[in-house]
Amino acid sequence: MTSTVTDSPLSRPGEDAEVIVRFENATKTFVTGKGKGRREVTAVEDVSLNIRRGEIYGVIGYSGAGKSTLVRMINGLEPATSGKIQVDGHQVDGRTEDQLAPVRRDIGMIFQQFNLFTSRTVAGNVEYPLIRAGWDKAKRKARVEELLQFVGLTERAGNYPEQLSGGQKQRVGIARALAAQPKILLADESTSALDPDTTQEVLGLLRRANREFGITVVLITHEMDVVRSIADRVAVMDSGRVIEEGPTARIFSAPQTETARRFVGTVSHDAPNAEELAHLSQHSRGCLVVVDVRDGVDVGSVLSSAAARGVNFRIVFGGVSVLQKQSFGSLTLDLAGEPQAVEETIAALGELTTVKEVSA
Amino acid sequence: MNWSTMGPQLLTAIGETLYMVSVTMIIAGLVGLFFGVALYVTRPGNLYASRVVNTAINLVVNFVRPIPFIILLAALGPLTDSVIGTRLGQNAAIFTMSIAAVFAVARIVEQNLMSVDPGVVEAARSMGVSRPKIITTVILPEALGPLVLGYTFLVIGVTDMSAMAGAIGAGGLGDFALRLGYQRFNDEVTWAAVAVIIVLVQLVQFVGNSMARKIMRR
Ligand SMILES: Nc1ncnc2c1ncn2[C@@H]1O[C@H](COP(=O)(O)OP(=O)(O)OP(=O)(O)O)[C@@H](O)[C@H]1O
Ligand SMILES: [Mg+2]
Repeated sequence: MTSTVTDSPLSRPGEDAEVIVRFENATKTFVTGKGKGRREVTAVEDVSLNIRRGEIYGVIGYSGAGKSTLVRMINGLEPATSGKIQVDGHQVDGRTEDQLAPVRRDIGMIFQQFNLFTSRTVAGNVEYPLIRAGWDKAKRKARVEELLQFVGLTERAGNYPEQLSGGQKQRVGIARALAAQPKILLADESTSALDPDTTQEVLGLLRRANREFGITVVLITHEMDVVRSIADRVAVMDSGRVIEEGPTARIFSAPQTETARRFVGTVSHDAPNAEELAHLSQHSRGCLVVVDVRDGVDVGSVLSSAAARGVNFRIVFGGVSVLQKQSFGSLTLDLAGEPQAVEETIAALGELTTVKEVSA
Repeated sequence: MNWSTMGPQLLTAIGETLYMVSVTMIIAGLVGLFFGVALYVTRPGNLYASRVVNTAINLVVNFVRPIPFIILLAALGPLTDSVIGTRLGQNAAIFTMSIAAVFAVARIVEQNLMSVDPGVVEAARSMGVSRPKIITTVILPEALGPLVLGYTFLVIGVTDMSAMAGAIGAGGLGDFALRLGYQRFNDEVTWAAVAVIIVLVQLVQFVGNSMARKIMRR
């Protein structure tokens, strides 16, 4: 089921791609209780961002950061307290529940707990939005077959949700969300209830929906691996605000905020923390340096010429990963040898990339 | 017991009970369904959330439900008279039984609808399904199994009410047991009525349970 799509980053929606979802100073405040127990929680605060047509947009952040609220504002499940939200040219804020219906028909949604209709079969679940959209019977039947084929559940058409595994349920959820041919797909923690293999299966489907049908995908997750493997751009949320936003590769290689750094750290633990550094210093024979590695940074050639001059180097910590065709990571080196030669090696590295001396 | 005279009277009584119970279940079942759905959808955070409407319906339901049926029969006399044209007989009994049963049905419907996963309703909302359609094509089908069990349970309550209908001359098995059995010290007659009621209730229970089991696939 897992498909490896090998497309170049160039085929992804670029800077000039049309905006499909636009938040302008959007705020959502929940009021709970009344009288003295009245409390206000600002779940989303003054968020402005653009999601481009055809991209996979990731939203990450700690629990309670406001990710679900932000995404639910796109289809009006949470009405904005203030600010503007535009989806595919339609204004979403200010609409009543009944006025939201036509906008929602263009937005599919999948859920962490799947939310399948227990009173309907697999085929019945997928067919339901088509009945509501007024498709005739023959067209519905063909579409249901096509979708079940897409998610690989043709054999399960007559089963009820309780007869399926979690991964299969989410595949039904995806088929149902895609049924009425939406332009946008919202996925709130769509893989958080699944094991790693099943997660890959579901992500593969989302990626295919994006590549084959051109559907814009907005994906919430707290699993960094998920964002890394699928998102074109990422928004990092903290306490209701989007504190950092940009291409996934940029967020991973050069996170600007502490929250983003901590998230990135959970997947690429390539620089030693204080404790590890203390341990490394104890065993160091020379000078410890942390070197940032990215595409075009040829650390190897510097080190081989250093070795020729008698500098003895050891790689004591590090890691390099590839994200959307770009390498990034960091290596911690222990350089021993003549002080002059070591210093010159550090200088040579410094010309290529960022170098941090972490011990004398 | 003299079957040649009692037999036909017992059959008539069975017919009267079946008639009163089924007509009441149809009327109260539909009207109560409406109010039960109204109670559910007007709850805070639900499709038609409205504190005013919810509180109003709750107030009426809580007010009427604890009134013992035999007292309601008497108390609603003037209303029955003006609507049905008489305070006596089967139709008068059905009128009062329906009023009493509506509130019980409403409460049971509300409780059973609360078993519907709010996530499923949210999924339907996210598809842009209109609220009336969400009620008829998502909420009610999702709660169908529990609803059938709830209605089955209510049939027993309505049968219980119908036994008191004899008090206003509506006949039925209760009247049969009291008038021809109890008052004439004819225990066999009373026990015949009891046996018939047990069989009827068991039958309804069996049909209801197996329908619910089929719907819920258990
Ligand atoms: N319906 C609501 N009523 C009151 N407060 C709410 C409501 N929904 C969310 N909140 C509050 O808003 C804040 C943001 O919640 P939200 O669900 O958007 O966070 P999240 O980032 O999705 O978290 P998680 O990762 O746990 O799903 C939280 O403090 C939460 O308690
Ligand atoms: Mg959430």
